[in-house]
Formats: sequence, C-alpha cells, structure tokens
Amino acid sequence: MSERGALSDADRRLTKVRVPFVIGQVVVLIGLLVAGLGPLLWLLKAAISPTQDSIRSPLAWFPSGQVQWGNLSTAWQQAHIGYYLGNTAMIAAGTAIASLIVCTTAGYVLSVLRPRWGALLSAGILATLFVPHIVSLVPLYLTVLKVPVVHANLTNTFWAVWLPPAASAFNVLIVKRFFDGIPREYFEAARIDGAGTVRVFTSLVLPLSRPILGVVALLSIISSWKDYLWPLLVLTNPDLQPVSVALPKIAKVTELNIQLAGLFLALLIPVLLFLVFQRAFLRGVGLSGGIKA
Amino acid sequence: MLFALPVLLVFVVFSWGPIVKGLVMSLQQTNLIDPVKWVGLENFRYVLSDPGVGQAALNTVWFTLLALLFGFPVPVLLAMFLSELRGKSWLYSALAYLPVITPPVVAILLWRFFYDPSPSGMFNTILGTVGLGPYPWLDSPSSAMPSIVLEATWAGAGNAVIIYLAALTSVRADLYEAAELDGAGVVRRVWHVMLPHLRGVLLLMLLLQVIGTMQLFTEPLLFTGGGPQGSTMTILLLIYNYAFVNGDYGAATALSVLLALVLAVLSAVFQFATRGWSTE
Repeated sequence: MSERGALSDADRRLTKVRVPFVIGQVVVLIGLLVAGLGPLLWLLKAAISPTQDSIRSPLAWFPSGQVQWGNLSTAWQQAHIGYYLGNTAMIAAGTAIASLIVCTTAGYVLSVLRPRWGALLSAGILATLFVPHIVSLVPLYLTVLKVPVVHANLTNTFWAVWLPPAASAFNVLIVKRFFDGIPREYFEAARIDGAGTVRVFTSLVLPLSRPILGVVALLSIISSWKDYLWPLLVLTNPDLQPVSVALPKIAKVTELNIQLAGLFLALLIPVLLFLVFQRAFLRGVGLSGGIKA
Repeated sequence: MLFALPVLLVFVVFSWGPIVKGLVMSLQQTNLIDPVKWVGLENFRYVLSDPGVGQAALNTVWFTLLALLFGFPVPVLLAMFLSELRGKSWLYSALAYLPVITPPVVAILLWRFFYDPSPSGMFNTILGTVGLGPYPWLDSPSSAMPSIVLEATWAGAGNAVIIYLAALTSVRADLYEAAELDGAGVVRRVWHVMLPHLRGVLLLMLLLQVIGTMQLFTEPLLFTGGGPQGSTMTILLLIYNYAFVNGDYGAATALSVLLALVLAVLSAVFQFATRGWSTE
C-alpha cells in the first residue's frame, strides 16, 4: 500500500495528466522561488551595494561595479545591530524558558496529577483562546506598569517581555495533549519503584516529551523574535530594545545601504534557525492547525 | 500542589486579570494621574460619536475583505497542489514558509522600499518592463490599503499552506481509490474527496483569518502611520492612539471591548450558520 493523493500512479503516466502536472510544478516552483527566496536574495545583494545602486536600478547586478562588504560591519557596529540582536536573543531565550516552565508544569498537573479542580483550571485556560488579545492589550500594559499586590513596575525590565507570553493557552494545550499520550503504566511503574511526584516529572515526563518541548521552544522563540508592538510599549529604554523596535528608528537616521544591511542581519538568524530546524517547525505549525480544528 | 503555581500565577496576572480589568476599565475614566471615576457607558458614547471610529471601522472591514479575496484562496490551492507532490513537497513548503519566518518589521521596511513610488522603485521597475505604471502604491489614499493587503498576504500565506497540507495528509488513500474505481476523474476526485475533507479546517481558518485581520496594527503603523488622509487608519491603530498618544485609557478599552464584541458576535453567527456543514 503506497500513500497516494487524488492522482493515482496510473494517472501520473498519462500524458494528458503528466504534462500539465509537470508544467504546473515548474510554474509553482518558480513562483515560490521568486516570492519566498527572491526578497531574501535581493536583500543580500542590496546589503553589500552602494545606496545609489539600490535606489536607481534595484534590479541591476551591481551597476556601479562596487561591492561594499563594509556595509555589514558598519551596520553591526555603528548602527548597533549586533547589540540589538543580543537583546532580541535574550528576550527570545527568556520567553522560551518561561513558556516551557509554565506549560510543562501545567501539562503535568492537568494530564498526570489530575486534581479535582483540574477541570476548572483547564476550562479557564481554554476560555482565553476565545478572547481576542485586543481586550487585554491596554490593561496588560497597565498591569506591567504596576503588578497587582507586589506593586512592582516591570517596564524596562526583560520580565515585562518574558512573562506575559508564557500565559499561552495554546502551549499548555499541546503539551497537555502530548502528556496524555504517555502510557499510564509508566507512571504506576515509577511510583511502585518509589519515585515521588517531582521525580516522575523530572526523570520520566520531561525526557519523554523532548520533541514537543522543542516545538514549544521554537515557536515561542520565533514569535518573540517577530514581536514589535509589545516590546515597543514596555521597553522604552533604548539599551534594552530588541532589533525589531530599533530598526524603524535606525531607518529614520541612517543611510539606505546601512539600513538594508541591518535588515539583512536581522533576517539572517531566523532564517538560519528555520533551515536548521525546518522539520520541527513545519510539524509545529501543522500541530497548531490540529489543535484549532 | 506546587506544580500548578507557575500556570496559576502567570494566567491570573497576565491573562485573566487583564481581561477582567479591561471590562472594568471601559466603564471608568482613568489617566493614571487623577483618581479613577466610574462613568458608566460614557466611554462608549464618546467612542461611538468619534467620526474617526466610523472611518477606521470601514477601513478595517475593507482590509478584511481584500485580505479574504486575495489571501484565502491562494494557500488552499497551493496546499492542494503540494499534497500531490510526494517526496518533493518539503522544498515547496519551506519556500512558502520563508516569508512567515521573516520578522514583520524587516518585511515591512523592505516592502516600503519596494513600494517606492518613483519610476525606479522596485515594483515600478518590474511593472515598467511590461509597460505598466509607475504607480503611487502607499502614497495614494486609494492604493495604500491594497498595497498593505498584498504585503500581509505574502507574509501570512505560508502558515495557512502548512496547516492545510497537514490536514490533507490525513485523507485516507482508499477514498481516492474508491472514487477512481467508481469512474471519478481527477477533477471530481479533488472536488468530491479532497475539498470536503478540508471543509472543517477551511471554515476554521476563514474565521481565524477574519479575526486576525480585524486586528491589523503593525503594517499600517510602520507603512503609513494611518495615512494618507486616514485611508489606512484601523481600529487597532486608533486604540493605540487613544491609549498611548492621548492617554485616554477608558476610551481605548471601550473601543477594545466593542471590537471584541463584534468579533464574538461574528464568531457566534459564523458557528451557527456553518453548523450543518462541518465534516466531523
């Protein structure tokens, strides 16, 4: 039994199916190359071109004959892209860690420990999926300005960008669902061997769920890497701002070739991450469709 | 129950708390300096009488419709095509996903350069080779919004492709075989087996896309700042201006609550209307 789609093997051998199908593949491939890879490659070229080349004839191949490799190091040092990228990396790493702590412990409570109030907690988390984020944008900002009870002001600290994304119902749900798939006998066996609640969590559940934890970490790194509005609001100190907040400001005061070099550098790391972890990514996105459906 | 502590803390402070606070604040007058005053529905009255809100609502609906028109069919067709590719589809999906990986700020600044209205701008150069343009793109009130839609579609399509593709891999091969044995051609197999299988995901993605596009913010802020002549001012941009430019948090939350209500009603009507169509 081979897997198949709407086209069967017999169809694929028919000329009247094969020819349009092959032409279609070529057309779609070219379309995707132009739309997906095109802007990236152009940005690479523009990043090492003189400003006038990019403005006057954006599609020509180095019309002035000059290749300015120096743009990249100028952007990295003088426009401080390297520094801002460091901030972005700090923010992304902290967000991933906070998300992982919250969703693994929550998944463990909901899927394995199952206290009596578990259903209530589960419903409360699920309900937030149906509330549009926009309702809480302004109050969330005011919360971070003055956290209730402890009255701490989190703005201009990384906590303000690390903690709120950890309240993600989606992450909790996919992790809980993964934990649900671990055979119950494992937990019983571990308990009979004398492992306590904490031990079962650290030496059984966590090691078994490495694949899903990778997906959660990747998705939260990428979404914090892409975020703009929230860090713009809560990190007003330029020393703490991520590259996404810094770029529009840099764009206002820097020459175009340095700007484009900066854009290229800011794009490089997410693309490399994606190429390395491509499978995990695409699986994660597919999963998100499954959860939503 | 130490294990429940992180999730409880984070959700109480950063999720449930702010949602409740948002509802309460929409009934209050507050600017963080003067003492809080209860004003009933005054914020709602103020927001609804602001002529800017009507304009922004129209712009937002216009964007949503355009985004549906361009952005909805392309990923569906692409995913259906890719699902027939067998071993090679990973290359195609990876290419389609690259724009999704691109941070929005990078994409917007890059596209803003592509949209240069002079004849030597990127898109005008390309269209110039076939004798079209130059077009003003973001500089004209009539073409600014469609230009934003084009970029947003480019940025979002890859995500939908992957989700549809995942749904299509679960179509059982024997369904196609049965259809083929019954004499159904390729077109009818696509129409009667593939599309019905996608129906549940399609309806859901449709709803999610509408909810997502109604909350458009970063693109108009960075592309046009709401201009030219307010033609790209969206509801979310207006909320941002109310709160963080004017400092009127009551009006901002009132408008947020109104938008959320519209979205909730929309989802409810949608669920009700499509109740009978779902596959599962």
